[in-house]
Amino acid sequence: MTEARWETPSARTLVLDVPQWPGHLPGQHIDVRLTAPDGYSAQRSYSIASAWRDGGTVELTIQRVADGEVSSYLTDVLEPGQQLELRGPVGGWFVWRGAPAPVLLVAGGSGVVPLMAMIRARGDARGRQPFRLIYSVRAPQDTLYATELARRVRDDPGLDVHLAYTRKTPDDWLEPPGRIGVATLNTHGWPPDFAPDVFVCGPTSFVEATADILVALGHDASRIRTERFGGTA
Amino acid sequence: MSIISPGFGGRRRSSAPDLPPGQYLTHDFPVLSAGPTPRIPLERWSFTITDETGARTSWSWDELNALPQEDFTVDIHCVTKWSKLGTTWRGVSLDTLFENVESTADFTMVHSYGGYTTNVPLEDLLDGKAWIAHTFDGEPLHPEHGGPARLVVPALYFWKSAKWVNGIEMLQQDEPGFWEEAGYHMYGDPWREQRYQGD
Amino acid sequence: MTTGFELDGNAMAGDLREIFAVDLTEAVATCAGCGRPSAVAALLVWGPAPGLVARCPGCEDVVLRLVRAPGRAWLDVRGAVSLRIALPEESVAEGPA
Ligand SMILES: Cc1cc2nc3c(=O)[nH]c(=O)nc-3n(C[C@H](O)[C@H](O)[C@H](O)COP(=O)(O)OP(=O)(O)OC[C@H]3O[C@@H](n4cnc5c(N)ncnc54)[C@H](O)[C@@H]3O)c2cc1C
Ligand SMILES: [Zn+2]
Repeated sequence: MTEARWETPSARTLVLDVPQWPGHLPGQHIDVRLTAPDGYSAQRSYSIASAWRDGGTVELTIQRVADGEVSSYLTDVLEPGQQLELRGPVGGWFVWRGAPAPVLLVAGGSGVVPLMAMIRARGDARGRQPFRLIYSVRAPQDTLYATELARRVRDDPGLDVHLAYTRKTPDDWLEPPGRIGVATLNTHGWPPDFAPDVFVCGPTSFVEATADILVALGHDASRIRTERFGGTA
Repeated sequence: MSIISPGFGGRRRSSAPDLPPGQYLTHDFPVLSAGPTPRIPLERWSFTITDETGARTSWSWDELNALPQEDFTVDIHCVTKWSKLGTTWRGVSLDTLFENVESTADFTMVHSYGGYTTNVPLEDLLDGKAWIAHTFDGEPLHPEHGGPARLVVPALYFWKSAKWVNGIEMLQQDEPGFWEEAGYHMYGDPWREQRYQGD
Repeated sequence: MTTGFELDGNAMAGDLREIFAVDLTEAVATCAGCGRPSAVAALLVWGPAPGLVARCPGCEDVVLRLVRAPGRAWLDVRGAVSLRIALPEESVAEGPA
């Protein structure tokens, strides 16, 4: 790890310099394995947040989970200069390959990480695909990449971002806090007849609920790709 | 070759001298499952021993509870490397359940609600070595931990202690169950560290 | 609704990639229980320990089981009728004449 930065008080981005990295696709992840001095080890998956550029670095964003064995080590203990054991990049299904279709991204919490890689890859390639991100967070201060998302909405043509707050909204917000429901996906998503490619990512219960609503709204289940991070919302 | 991560301790655990090789001590009760947790209403619950001729002996929930009950305290060892010492249970000894079962078969397949199976030799179920347990730590066994009732065979790795147990089938020959088919050891003795096939 | 599982087939990508030369999470597995085809990434996964158990999102039958041990892995596919794996166009096989 060459560098780390806090995205929020509880989420940290790790910048990794991986020798012989083959490059990656937006949406892919890696597996990180930690080994204690006594041989005990634990492995977890983390999505790649950065879009790939030749010779570039690989960035992960880790949300600290209460009592989390691996996440709390990566957010609070790991220091720049330290080495990490990884395997990847892996996964080829939950990947955006730059197709021309409109795209709907729906994120719950740290589920925004692989979707951010898609937004970044589109931005780097000056893509024109209509992109919408609906991003569910607890409270404003939990929003990952808030500044960059605001900048990209201004600078990346055809990108829209809608934030949905589950616990606490900003002061001047019009909607009350709540979970993403039919109305949010209907208003801020694409109509099913636009046949968007849909990527849903986040805690398992969030992904289940969101995918069910999208299908009920008439989206073609075969265009909805999901990735479950585990845990509950 | 692995990279040691300085300062990584992992889940609260400690080693203890009297544990089987490769095991750590845990103080919680981790939940491992291979499928959805079945919810079985007690009035529909039953437990059946099927001998090698196909003859069946069954107990309803009330019948099981009418049998002599035993309190027992045992150490449990999970193949995922955690051990928990001195766990307290209440249930029916398999000696009681097998009292009137005539069989010459040496092997068994344990079956559960939800389709889980695991093989255990008959001799490891008898002589005070195994129970159908319905109470853990003084409370009815939680569905996540295998309630209404699970097998407890403490001498073997804990995957043999089938959750949501509903029957035992007698077999003339040893056959692999759910995890044994997928690489785990046919017998699973923690003291000989029989985790995987070939260990 | 199915509950209690934590993950999906995306979480199997790392182990499968170590075993196969292609990404198997993109492969389409046809459930032996109900015949429903589904991307391996979209299977519902329980685990990771003692192993990953991937079930059909339609009928919950077990489709794949993956057990990792030091230096070995077991992949049990008896719950799948077939696995359809997309290959690059160049590698066109000769069909029956
Ligand atoms: C394909 C994939 C990609 C992932 N990408 C990312 C990523 O980019 N960034 C990221 O921060 N995480 C990501 N995760 C989740 C990550 O792998 C870990 O599950 C998470 O960091 C918790 O691990 P832990 O060891 O800290 O917690 P554990 O010690 O395993 O668990 C501690 C407690 O937290 C609960 N818990 C477990 N996982 C979660 C979760 N995801 N959310 C909330 N509670 C949970 C557990 O039930 C338990 O009670 C991804 C998961 C998958 C499968
Ligand atoms: Zn099926």
